[in-house]
Amino acid sequence: ALAGGLGLGRAALPEEIAAWDKDVRPDGVGLPVGSGDAIVGEEVFADKCAACHGDFAEGVDNWPKLAGGMNTLNRDDPLKTVGSYWPHVSTLFDYINRSMPFGAAQTLEPDEVYGIVAYILYSNDLIEDDYVISNENLAAFELPNAAGFFVDDRETTEYAQFSAPACMENCKDEVKITMHATVLDVTPGDPTDGEGAPAGASGEGGAAPAAAEPE
Amino acid sequence: MSNEPLNDKAMIGTTRRGFLAATAATGTALVANAASGATPDPLITEVQEWGSGLGDGVDANPYGLPIRFESDVVRRNVSWLTADVISSINFTPIHALDGTITPQGCAFERHHSGAIELSKDDYRLMINGLVDTPLVFTYADLERMPRVTRTFFLECAANTGMEWAGAQLNGSQFTHGMIHNMEYTGVTLRTLLEEAGVQPTATWLFVEGADASSNGRSIPMEKALDDCMIAFKANGEALRMEHGYPVRLVVPGWEGNLWVKWLRRMEATDAPVESREETSKYTDTMADGTSRKWTWVMDAKSVVTSPSPQMPITHGNGPLVITGLAWSGRGAITGVDVSMDGGKTWKPARLAAPGTEMALTRFYFDHNWQGEEMLLQSRATDSTGYVQPTKAQLREVRGENSVYHNNCIQTWWVKPNGEAENVEVS
Repeated sequence: ALAGGLGLGRAALPEEIAAWDKDVRPDGVGLPVGSGDAIVGEEVFADKCAACHGDFAEGVDNWPKLAGGMNTLNRDDPLKTVGSYWPHVSTLFDYINRSMPFGAAQTLEPDEVYGIVAYILYSNDLIEDDYVISNENLAAFELPNAAGFFVDDRETTEYAQFSAPACMENCKDEVKITMHATVLDVTPGDPTDGEGAPAGASGEGGAAPAAAEPE
Repeated sequence: MSNEPLNDKAMIGTTRRGFLAATAATGTALVANAASGATPDPLITEVQEWGSGLGDGVDANPYGLPIRFESDVVRRNVSWLTADVISSINFTPIHALDGTITPQGCAFERHHSGAIELSKDDYRLMINGLVDTPLVFTYADLERMPRVTRTFFLECAANTGMEWAGAQLNGSQFTHGMIHNMEYTGVTLRTLLEEAGVQPTATWLFVEGADASSNGRSIPMEKALDDCMIAFKANGEALRMEHGYPVRLVVPGWEGNLWVKWLRRMEATDAPVESREETSKYTDTMADGTSRKWTWVMDAKSVVTSPSPQMPITHGNGPLVITGLAWSGRGAITGVDVSMDGGKTWKPARLAAPGTEMALTRFYFDHNWQGEEMLLQSRATDSTGYVQPTKAQLREVRGENSVYHNNCIQTWWVKPNGEAENVEVS
């Protein structure tokens, strides 16, 4: 152990650690005792989640879609949901338990969270509606994209190529413009003076093109 | 006032004949020159109000804001990017700034459940998990620890992310403005973790904020003990509320999402938590549908901030300052090259100061512009030898769906009338 010598701070009490340390790991460490199925979960979801995420977890307006998009990850516009993208059910429990509903986080009981987790899995056609998710079996449940992630490999796949000596002269024969931002016309106009605003700015509320979320 | 007469002294590196040819090409400049040459400038010959009356007293602004003429130098958001403004992003007006330090008041924000108000009195920091003694610190405790001051950039992983599939947003503020660069004062994580006594089995550190989103992330203990710090001061003063007041995490060179704001807990663990922010988000999908995870480092990158779509050339032909920013999460910027022909030829720019590790570097390229069309690019090189790639090079490896970590070379098409546009080139 590293040796501290300042003598600052005080010992954290078990109740304090329990109140704040709620994270859940893929192996299930951190799960509270509890259980729920999609039948119970549907009621909670309808009451507390569906206004944004839709009755079937399909998403309302621009709010996140939690279900669907299976086998779209290699397409131009992948739909990344719990069912199509997420690797671990533990993350679903952990995130809902700590940060949902949006605007009223940390108001759900463990059994409600298990129920919502079950309902989202059910909405992704991954379980039957009476399948009970609990602290006993949650970690063992494998999501479709569990094997879909690999650790950052830029050192081997990019670094060598991108650290070659840079060309300074006669680097290409011809240069053509292949795409213009003003064609899309989705940049907000200058809110203060209009002068010097990006050409063709359309202002707010225009039709959104296929765009990455700024996450 | 801004239309100062051009004269030979202002023309660097050009001949009288070249100057005449250039001014002849822009009729308005010629007229303005003639007029200003023939008529005394009333701003000089007439006593102005500010030269006669009185200005504000010293008690007018206990904490001042920029003068009203700079009201365009503000954060902006793009409403269609997110479902609402709470879990959302805004953009630093990098097009209008110079130097390297970002004024806090216009430094970009990214929240997942809004900017919370947390007082120093209410603040608590917990260290738990695989430590000898789980600890709770008050804010006052943190101020008594040995302090460090360092300057780093914070770049959102998604900066330039909307540009993966093409040229989309028209302005460096929007394409590259999810970034700020501040001088932070605080305490190293090593100091904090030593107080609790991290056990040898602790290979990861899970960090989370006090806000509803928590923004929990897993950091390898090696990085945590290397150069991470908590900060309670930025650019000399307390953090702004929207930047994590009173305490945030500083993770040099790594994606902004890891810089947890309103930091409330650090847990030493023997495995990553694989939280929402490192599974659903901040994972980078390749063309084949598999995804990189734990893409922490922000690679070398640069952008010309002026001229740019929000900063058209309005002064006519002659001396033009081409300037921009470069940075790398791998180390220090050692050079920036500028191209005016879309990458056919490159020339080294001048660094305002030698690059420092994982911080913004300002570059200048002094050009004598004669109204020619330019395809303006900048290309950064860092101390590891990494050279900023083109978007085509990145797409070849990653496809177009990786959302994050777009550090490609940016092209501005500067037209003969001085306007600039975000374009892609072959």
